[in-house]
Amino acid sequence: MSRRHIISLLMENEAGALSRVAGLFSARAYNIESLTVAPTEDATLSRMTIVTVGSEDIIEQITKQLNKLVDVIKVMDLTEGSHIERELMLVKLRAVGADREEIKRTADIFRGNIIDVTESTYTIELTGAGSKLDAFLEAIDSASIIETVRTGASGIGRGERSLKV
Amino acid sequence: MIFYQFMEATGAEIVVRCLAEEGVEFVFGYPGGAVLNIYDEIFKQNKFKHVLVRHEQAAVHAADAYARSTGRVGVALVTSGPGVTNAVTGIATAYMDSIPIVVVTGQVPTPAIGLDAFQEVDTVGITRPCVKHNFLVKDVKDLAATMKKAFIIAATGRPGPVVVDVPKDVTYHTTDFEYPATVEMRSYSPVVKGHSGQMKRAVQMLLEAKRPMIYAGGGVVLGDASEQLAELTRLLGFPVTNTLMGLGGYPATDRQNLGMLGMHGTYEANMAMQHSDVLLAVGARFDDRVIGNPAHFAREQRRIIHIDVDPSSISKRVKVDVPIVGDVKNVLTDMLALLKQAKEKPDAAALNAWWTQIELWRSKNCLKYNRSSPIIKPQYVVEKLWEVTKGDAFVTSDVGQHQMWAAQYYKFDKPRRWINSGGLGTMGVGLPYAMGVQLAFPDAQVACITGESSIQMNIQELSTCKQYRIPVKVITLNNRYMGMVRQWQEFFYGSRYAESYMESLPDFVKLAESYGHVGMRIDKPEDVEAALKEAFSPALRERMVFMDFQTDQTENVFPMVEGGKGLSEMILAEEL
Repeated sequence: MSRRHIISLLMENEAGALSRVAGLFSARAYNIESLTVAPTEDATLSRMTIVTVGSEDIIEQITKQLNKLVDVIKVMDLTEGSHIERELMLVKLRAVGADREEIKRTADIFRGNIIDVTESTYTIELTGAGSKLDAFLEAIDSASIIETVRTGASGIGRGERSLKV
Repeated sequence: MIFYQFMEATGAEIVVRCLAEEGVEFVFGYPGGAVLNIYDEIFKQNKFKHVLVRHEQAAVHAADAYARSTGRVGVALVTSGPGVTNAVTGIATAYMDSIPIVVVTGQVPTPAIGLDAFQEVDTVGITRPCVKHNFLVKDVKDLAATMKKAFIIAATGRPGPVVVDVPKDVTYHTTDFEYPATVEMRSYSPVVKGHSGQMKRAVQMLLEAKRPMIYAGGGVVLGDASEQLAELTRLLGFPVTNTLMGLGGYPATDRQNLGMLGMHGTYEANMAMQHSDVLLAVGARFDDRVIGNPAHFAREQRRIIHIDVDPSSISKRVKVDVPIVGDVKNVLTDMLALLKQAKEKPDAAALNAWWTQIELWRSKNCLKYNRSSPIIKPQYVVEKLWEVTKGDAFVTSDVGQHQMWAAQYYKFDKPRRWINSGGLGTMGVGLPYAMGVQLAFPDAQVACITGESSIQMNIQELSTCKQYRIPVKVITLNNRYMGMVRQWQEFFYGSRYAESYMESLPDFVKLAESYGHVGMRIDKPEDVEAALKEAFSPALRERMVFMDFQTDQTENVFPMVEGGKGLSEMILAEEL
């Protein structure tokens, strides 16, 4: 049965590191829903969060193949344990007349912030699990959406569970 | 060489000195603009020999064969751009068979990278999917450590090719040179020892087996574990089969060996695989040419123990019950110790019954062929080659029918004697492979079993053989067809032989002679043995001999498991 998995990894922060991971996923025809990457507090390390969908067998192969990459230091399937997932979304919405109040209320309910305002638009910043961002978009009249930007998920283990060198 | 240390050196000097420090004997290569500084340093040194090939693909194949036959890291050197793209087939071939090579590639100067400079390609990008790892060295200060890393990564864990891309400006920049004895890599530490609990479970499982089978792959050869495999197999009294890549990992002439398995494996090996109740897989990867359709393979219940240095090879196509990650030699050594301590012995009665069944399968004599044919049978040539060379030659092959006949009829008793492209199936490897082996073992008998189609894919290397007096013996099984393509077209495409006929063949005898080699054409079965004896006679010891055997155009490779079919669903010769 296919399930959504969030895989975190630490790798050497070197030129081409991202393409090694991205290349692996395309070469072996693995799904990739989102991928985020940035250096950690230790600038020699990159932390990557990959959201993928696959059966247990496929996910096992994905983690093994990622571990096999010479630059990869550690791999963790966050979905195997308790974890937190967050994604940032910026949405630009057409906001005129009565819609302005309605949109603001909806943003408040989802704990979003309006970070840019013009006469006819709002830009809202929203953070949460991917499903919450989806829910927000569902709640908004799709005709009013001008643009959405999502970062893809970042994840971290709960409590003592951590991914460190 | 204390004198050398901490001396300023150019990048080009550093490359050359690193290779010398690694004890490299041969660098196979082809010069060009981006590597001229490196070639200038090669000119000034005498620590290793440079072998000039006629095409970069052959340089990588020759380095690859040097590695396969000696167990050491092979080295190739090519220029940027087309030098690299030509080398890619060689690199991918080595990658698929896990062969340790280091390929040093020239690159345009760092300020020109990305500007579509003359002879520029994104080498790291192009080679990424077919290397174990690759590096672009942008700073001469990193060069020595990178070279060290390349050799470590290539040779350890599951071996593989490593590319080191060196821009031209880096080759003339200078820095203090010191070759590190080793380099720590926090992200790279292959598992070496097997898990003791898993090994105990494995030994217990082997001792409980009623219908055991040992399936040994290329990992046994690459891991130099043949002795341990032989000891374990004999101690247990179990049947064993070798994959195409594993041939020689267990002596082919030993009674316990059922021969090669897989698409063109023996009837007894495939049947025993399919019907085994406990399967010990050693350094093998259950690939599509070996077990056929995995669903069909899973129909029979069996417990599987899988030893491999690469965790990603385990439970990839076939779920296993006892995975053991580790160096094959270490794991087998530890399992042998456990086995010797064990109070239980293998079930003799069950084993007897199993062997009786196996002998019944073996009595099918699935490799029989028509020995009274007035046309030369390709199998006969290989059998005679085995006799004439007393089973002790290094045999390289290209890809196709001749490769399968070589694997089936040349009985390899020693590891590292059979050199072929198993994973990628690269036509054209045979001749450069033979060159790499012969240079590594100048006194050995080296035969390249090939076909008239494959040999033409790197035939320019006849010139390299001339330059370095490389006395390989080329055995061309010439059936005027791309034989394996023709066979599939006969079986599965209604005998419509689309583009598989080799018209306009050269006169191979004259061609060989034009390079100063000995050419022979053999038309009749009764001349085969004498011709081979002559080719391998002391009189022609120093000569390269090109033998053009005119073989039966309609001969097919049997047994055969059709793609997608089950391992026990073989087509045998007499069924057609």
